[in-house]
Amino acid sequence: MISALLLIALVTQDTTAGKVVYQKWCAGCHGDQGAGDGVAAKRMIPPPRDFTGAIYQIRSTASGNLPTDADLMRSIEEGLHGTAMPGWKARLSDRERRDVLAYIKTFSTFFADTSLRPQALDFGKEPSGGTGADALKVGRQFYDSIGCRKCHGDLGRGDGPSSPTLKDDAGHPIFAADLHQNWLFNGGGTAEDIYHRLRTGLDGTPMPSFSDLLEQKFLTETELWRVAQYVRSLSPAEPPAVRDVIHAPLIDRALPHAADDSAWGSVDAYWFPLVGQVIRKTRWFAPAVTGVSVKAVHTADSIAIQLTWDDRSESPDTAWLDHVNRVFASLEQDSGGSEQPALWPDQIAVQFPVTIPTGMERPYFLMGNSTGPVYQWRWASNARTAAVAGLARGVERFDPISGAGVGAQAVYDKGQWRVVFTRALASPDTATQLPFRTGRAIPVAFFAWDGSNGEHGTRMAISTWYFLALDEPVPARVFISPVLAMMLTLGLGMLVVWRAQQKTSFRKGRQQ
Amino acid sequence: MKVRIFSVVGAMLMLTVCSKGDQRTAANAASRTVDTTAPAAAPAAAATTSAAGGTISGKIKFTGTAPRNPAIDMSEEAACKAKYKTTPTEENVVAGPANALANVFVYVKAGVPAGQTFTAPTTPVVLNQDGCRYHPHVFGIMVNQPLEIKNSDPLLHNIKAIAKKNRPFNISQPNAGMQTSRTFNAPEVMVNLECNVHGWMKAFVGVRPDPFFAVSGADGSFTISGLPPGTYTIEAWHEKLGTQTATVTIAGTETKTANLTFAAH
Repeated sequence: MISALLLIALVTQDTTAGKVVYQKWCAGCHGDQGAGDGVAAKRMIPPPRDFTGAIYQIRSTASGNLPTDADLMRSIEEGLHGTAMPGWKARLSDRERRDVLAYIKTFSTFFADTSLRPQALDFGKEPSGGTGADALKVGRQFYDSIGCRKCHGDLGRGDGPSSPTLKDDAGHPIFAADLHQNWLFNGGGTAEDIYHRLRTGLDGTPMPSFSDLLEQKFLTETELWRVAQYVRSLSPAEPPAVRDVIHAPLIDRALPHAADDSAWGSVDAYWFPLVGQVIRKTRWFAPAVTGVSVKAVHTADSIAIQLTWDDRSESPDTAWLDHVNRVFASLEQDSGGSEQPALWPDQIAVQFPVTIPTGMERPYFLMGNSTGPVYQWRWASNARTAAVAGLARGVERFDPISGAGVGAQAVYDKGQWRVVFTRALASPDTATQLPFRTGRAIPVAFFAWDGSNGEHGTRMAISTWYFLALDEPVPARVFISPVLAMMLTLGLGMLVVWRAQQKTSFRKGRQQ
Repeated sequence: MKVRIFSVVGAMLMLTVCSKGDQRTAANAASRTVDTTAPAAAPAAAATTSAAGGTISGKIKFTGTAPRNPAIDMSEEAACKAKYKTTPTEENVVAGPANALANVFVYVKAGVPAGQTFTAPTTPVVLNQDGCRYHPHVFGIMVNQPLEIKNSDPLLHNIKAIAKKNRPFNISQPNAGMQTSRTFNAPEVMVNLECNVHGWMKAFVGVRPDPFFAVSGADGSFTISGLPPGTYTIEAWHEKLGTQTATVTIAGTETKTANLTFAAH
């Protein structure tokens, strides 16, 4: 009886203030009743949290337990990286955040159950030496033995054998995280964050808790920390910074046509983020390719551009058809009707203007338009060594050019595509195909499609315009002038010294 | 959604009130050894303390043609694949001779007097992961009765419980011989269990506050015994074919027959 009264008291506590905040800022995605079914929900993968089940991914508590208030507050303040959930620290006051937290908890009766009081796990302290080779070797060993690779893949790019089958509790598609992109980890990208996720699991998703393994002495806490540190080591120290201009150095050896030519090893990489195409119908809110890394070199007469991007599947692949079905079922189709999954290839496109612009004006970045076409190179995984060049006039129209002289070579390796495009600098037809010139800022943009994520046509990941600059050959005088200047200085110096010595000996002679 | 919340609140309130009611021990009532190779044929509540109770038994059948169970591709898991002589299949619809339907969870949905509570047996229900399949595939358990999950495969399984009235869990067992115990705190038909490493692995567990439940065997038969006199609604649940209900009145120690028929499409 007492617990029943307590329950009623908790359910009916005053959460009016929180409700006001919730309805203004949260309901659009999470829904008026907290069921994760707001108007924007059908445009998101992963979908917004359904608060009614009180199942939360990011917690400090054991698998299946409720989150602590501090856990919920962290997600509200910081947001969840790699999802549509932003951080609210700047937008909402301390008071508003506390009020909305209390209100969110009223959507589930589990929070009113006093027997379920959440308690944070004891995570201990991160053991030192986590970046050393020995520690990483231990981490890698347990990465394999506790089965991480089953979903996350051999090299951690989210391409394990089970990855096409993954879904959350509600049946929505879910990707195994690409462990090379820690800036997109929902719960944060530090070794400590990763260790917490290994201990707690991500409830509602396929990611289990590994805490039981400590109790059963399958591995020690230090060894589990090593797994976290190994996973951390797969990502760069800092998230990649976007630099606007790709410098293509001049090389004095043969152009590297092959995707894995060793010459690429010494070339600078430039990373560019890609986002979903949400401007033209059919829009795409769930792109699988999150960024592309670009390298470029040129010789006296040709250019080669290498594009590298992580992709969990080598499309087309029938194993991913069910995933495509789940993607289509989770997202609202704005084209009307429902599309059937098909075996689409992976694709990449590099876009240039038709001529190098003299002023600031560039064609429309999203594949040009009817009056201002763009020049593109396109590659698809079902025709590996063939690239197609052509003119795009908007997302709907692409006219291939025959005999454009663009070559392509590609490698798919454990969750990553590496594709090299090559072409002569000179253009076979300057009216339609960009002639590459050194020392100029050439606009360039990128597009990517993951066929196994249902991407084709306008369902793609896009970038904005960036620049490509082919470094000019360094003229011979650059090397000769400093040497000449040095020799002249040395000569003049010696002359001065010689003259001074002459005068000294002359005076000495006179004194004698 | 509201309905669900109220039902949870209602169930919780009921439990709170019930705990003050007269205690009736049903020790061992739901305890049983689970056959690890065939669908659980043993009646769930076979050995009941209430010898004087009545019994409901019957056969589960289906009309129409049973859909074919898809073959499981275990090529990624040689250790599991090696445990089969022929290609293993999923167990979505397990049909026996004469259209008998196995793996149907049959339980008393209504009619057990309010205020009557049952103590869960301490003997655990064992769920074995063997050959990358769950044994048993469908089973019942009492609230707070231990569920012992064990791994007989030398590879990683995760065990994820998807529940609404119970808290979920998702734990991992990366090697053979590992064992974990869990309990469910609230009645729920059904809690889904799945392994995300092996997308075909599914099990279903009916969590009940009383020992009056059973799972149909290969011949479609089931038995629920130890029932006090009364009128009961029994529900039969099948993972693909939905539910069927019947009403049975028990007076004394008699055995009543309740045959239920599903329609396969």
